[in-house]
Amino acid sequence: MVEAINMAHAWEMARDPSVIVLGEDVGANGGVFRATAGLQQRFGKSRVQDTPLAEGLIAGAAIGMAAQGLKPVAEIQFMGFIYPALDQIASHMARLRNRTRGRLTCPLVLRMPHGGGIHAPEHHSESLEALLCHHPGLRVICPSSPARAYGLLLAAIRDPDPVIFLEPVRLYRFAKQEVEDDGQALPIGHCFVLREGSDLTIVTWGAMTVDSLKAADQMAAEGVSCEIIDVGTLAPIDFDTILDSVVKTGRLLIVHEAAKTAGLGAEIAAIVAEEALYDLEGPIRRVTGYDTIMPLYRLEHDYIPGVPRIVDGIRATLAD
Amino acid sequence: MISGQAVARFEIPYRGCLASDGTLCGPLPAFASDVELLRRLYRVMVRARVFDTKAVNLQRTGKLGTYPACLGHEATHVGVGSAMRAEDVLFTVYREIGTKFWRGVDMLDILLYWGGDERGTNYRNSPQDFPFCVPIGSQMPHAAGAALAFQIRGEARCALAFIGDGGTSQGAFYEALNLAGAKKLPLVCVIVNNRWAISVPVSSQTAAQTLAQKAIAAGIPSLQVDGNDVLVVREAVEEALERARSGGGPTVIEALTYRLSDHTTSDDATRYRPAAEVEAAQRIEPLARMRTFLESQGHWDDAAEQALRRECSEAVEAAVKQYLATPKQSTDSMFDYLYAQLPAGLRAQREDARHYSALKP
Repeated sequence: MVEAINMAHAWEMARDPSVIVLGEDVGANGGVFRATAGLQQRFGKSRVQDTPLAEGLIAGAAIGMAAQGLKPVAEIQFMGFIYPALDQIASHMARLRNRTRGRLTCPLVLRMPHGGGIHAPEHHSESLEALLCHHPGLRVICPSSPARAYGLLLAAIRDPDPVIFLEPVRLYRFAKQEVEDDGQALPIGHCFVLREGSDLTIVTWGAMTVDSLKAADQMAAEGVSCEIIDVGTLAPIDFDTILDSVVKTGRLLIVHEAAKTAGLGAEIAAIVAEEALYDLEGPIRRVTGYDTIMPLYRLEHDYIPGVPRIVDGIRATLAD
Repeated sequence: MISGQAVARFEIPYRGCLASDGTLCGPLPAFASDVELLRRLYRVMVRARVFDTKAVNLQRTGKLGTYPACLGHEATHVGVGSAMRAEDVLFTVYREIGTKFWRGVDMLDILLYWGGDERGTNYRNSPQDFPFCVPIGSQMPHAAGAALAFQIRGEARCALAFIGDGGTSQGAFYEALNLAGAKKLPLVCVIVNNRWAISVPVSSQTAAQTLAQKAIAAGIPSLQVDGNDVLVVREAVEEALERARSGGGPTVIEALTYRLSDHTTSDDATRYRPAAEVEAAQRIEPLARMRTFLESQGHWDDAAEQALRRECSEAVEAAVKQYLATPKQSTDSMFDYLYAQLPAGLRAQREDARHYSALKP
């Protein structure tokens, strides 16, 4: 998937001279995950800028650049380091269009690795999308495959508003797929129905999409038909697709890697309860990361919901 | 290298031109031969003062929200505004009325903003300037980003960022200066040292002898100026902008002034500030010295003063009238500027707000 992200950068930089890549180690080093590899050699130091080591500055400088008509695509090295940038994201990035009544805008992309599962050190494996989804004015995107990473990143760069782009680290290397480098963007703000089914709906995103598909395969052998929805754009979220599916299947399981309490799954469950309670044949269930600190890596797969937990979640959802 | 040998030395120069009694204490800048410019500097300072007084009164009578007065800062604010070119971009804190006036922002805009209406950020004459920035210090990275944009595009433009003495304690201040120094960005930062960050004096804010020296760690030249002297502020900022514009990199200028007012209309500075200190600061305030100077040069007299005061009062009254007659925005406006296009999921909430707003008397 990381090659698809790199390809999308290169396509859009070639197409649009206002696209500027910035971040820590994005230049000669090509990013710690190699997402920006070769871009500085191809497009020059002016368009691929290494920044000082300060996440708040990266987010804040990108705001100034975007308001000046550039299209910054900035990298935060790991999502665990987002906290110093939150002031800029929440106080300025999300609000600039609104507080100037549209006079100044903030078309930028803030990319960052998301989630765990690759034996990384402390603070390198967090899933903090709920922090960002709570802020109106932002779009938050989390792709679940190389093709969707390519198409959604292109869409994010072309979007007139600030986009937070979360890249599941487990998929960087392990998700392999031929992706056509054709510059075709995918639509933002729409869920992807990855598999149609009739017995229950699984709503998920990012790396958990892969595990959910595996769990659904396992259940298919037992004759259970799961509909899999990859949310894709976490904010603003496309509830219509989710509601349509729940009305059809009557059962909902939400799967995410982030902690349970006040996670995005809670919001999805609440909306479905508000809008489709009488279409449900049983309680909504969630399979999520625990409400614990993301552990160091020896326990990370005990934290991240794996296929067995999802399978049990499917069984429990169907049992009620 | 010899152990114990000094490996680097720095110094912070100080500059002033007009003493508090209106006499010269330093060389007059070249632009001082332009009498009309000198008069205009004074006029805009008076305009800011008259507006400011009225704004505080409006708040006291319940017609304006919380308002941060600019009383005492006029020379710094106007000096900076006058040194900038139209194509430069301004990043303020929230008190810089004089700079905004110089850059063509209407009094109505300022009143609307502090009167709770986002339309007050719609600076039609300086459309790229950022609006007031309330989270302290957070404007600095935006200015650095804009300066980086100018550098990337090879434009001869500058970003000018204000920050207060308290703001220099923020990480964002150091982070932005560090970037500006490392990339030699066309950025000029003016630290308005008005001695008080609400109730905290500079001596409690930092052990640094000057705030200007905070630039040294970022490899940026810096100086201190008399911020109550509009001539030296304009001269220093103009020089710094010229250097930045021609590729010479950033400058930090610490302007020494004094906040003669409360922090905002919600504050009562008598709780924490000795009256004697304020009285002493009154004696060195910026307007009197500029008027005395202009009069001593034969460029100003009582009749001109009276005409100016009348003209400013009329302009302020007209703006206030327009402000008070401006109907509030529709509730749709809460939604319509969140994104370029309203996401489908927000339409129902917009309808809901519309419905309840229609029910209100």
